[in-house]
Amino acid sequence: MERKIRVLVAKPGLDGHDRGAKIVARALRNAGMEVIYTGLHQTADMIVETAVQEDVDVIGLSLLSGAHMTLFRDITKLLKDKDMRDVLVVGGGVIPEEDVPVLKKAGVAGVFGPGTRTEDIVDFIRKNVKP
Amino acid sequence: MNDVASKVLTGDPRSIARLITLVENSSPEAASTMKDIHPHTGNAHVIGITGVMGGGKSTLICEITREYRKQGKTVGIIAIDPTSPFSGGALLGDRVRMVKLAMDEGVFIRSMGTRGMLGGLTSAVYDVVEILDASGKDVVIVETVGVGQAEVDVIKVADTTLVVLVPGLGDSIQTIKAGVMEIADIYIINKADRPGVDQAVAEVESLVDIECSNRDRKIPVLTTSAKNGKGIVALVDEIKKHKEYLKKSKEFDVQRRKRYEGELVEIIRKRLMNFIFDESKFKDKVELLIDQIFKKEMDPYTAADEILGKILK
Repeated sequence: MERKIRVLVAKPGLDGHDRGAKIVARALRNAGMEVIYTGLHQTADMIVETAVQEDVDVIGLSLLSGAHMTLFRDITKLLKDKDMRDVLVVGGGVIPEEDVPVLKKAGVAGVFGPGTRTEDIVDFIRKNVKP
Repeated sequence: MNDVASKVLTGDPRSIARLITLVENSSPEAASTMKDIHPHTGNAHVIGITGVMGGGKSTLICEITREYRKQGKTVGIIAIDPTSPFSGGALLGDRVRMVKLAMDEGVFIRSMGTRGMLGGLTSAVYDVVEILDASGKDVVIVETVGVGQAEVDVIKVADTTLVVLVPGLGDSIQTIKAGVMEIADIYIINKADRPGVDQAVAEVESLVDIECSNRDRKIPVLTTSAKNGKGIVALVDEIKKHKEYLKKSKEFDVQRRKRYEGELVEIIRKRLMNFIFDESKFKDKVELLIDQIFKKEMDPYTAADEILGKILK
């Protein structure tokens, strides 16, 4: 039986712009993945708890409010604390170039800014999810 | 007993989640764990919730669950959404309506895709009910996909089946059709804050009057407004009364046997299908037969005999 890639698409913090997240969610669905969408205004704790219950392979974070340096890192830290190192974390939104290396060091494996082709996100997930 | 099984029995969320993934993927490792947990199942009250898409099932489940939590009961929720027949992917969005439950340790929610099943459920749902039951949840709620008229599989898995309707779905002829309108243990007219609710109640009531004239239990018709939390306490009370009725009338065991029958058939079906279509030698054979049917060298019935003959002999 084939194993399906499960992705949690989440919007952390106070940010009401979810069009991008929904477009990515749809692209992942069309690529044969199971996408769990949880809606707006999620806390880091909520996102990690949902990731546990849904046993996802990937957490995709979308943030346009500028709070990514805090919220993305809160989430990767919580995942480390819970020893969930096998979950791939990717992020997208309005993220300045200079923040990308810092986020990567903190455990955000892929950062996708404005103008990213959805195919690139799909490929990245397929290549980096542990079988 | 293996490690995963014993952790599931203590209610450990990560072990529960992992085991659900294994049964969903029909992983061979799952079977031994499922064997270990089976003796520890049977305590949870399994509630099935079905109804039209957009009828408010997820919101209703959120409110019902909050009421159970007030009563000190733990709840497991299985929220099913459709899998795309084209890509095999799915967008599982029921959690959006259940945000209030996200940080409650007494609640475990799992979203699932139908993965090819057509009756409103997903093939692994029986196993997932067993897992949540064994993990100590007092109540397990199964939310079907948004249904049309004929997706009635939920009655195989649920002790108590709720059919959620909304005002304005049609006239009385809709309520006397076969299928979904026959399976309710409790009818709910949700979105009762909208116009047309009295007519909807009257139509379902008149259906119930006819259907239940020679039964010892009249199916209740309740109204709720899930987004405002109205009618929820009465609904939870009615669900409890239905369980008491099942216990008293011995229907409870009949219902449970129906679930095990469904589960058994599903395990056999899955194994047979995997055997025929996934095992390498059969897959080639099947392709070859399809070629022959396509070229009119063989008919589909003879082809089916050839495949089944190999298994049955």
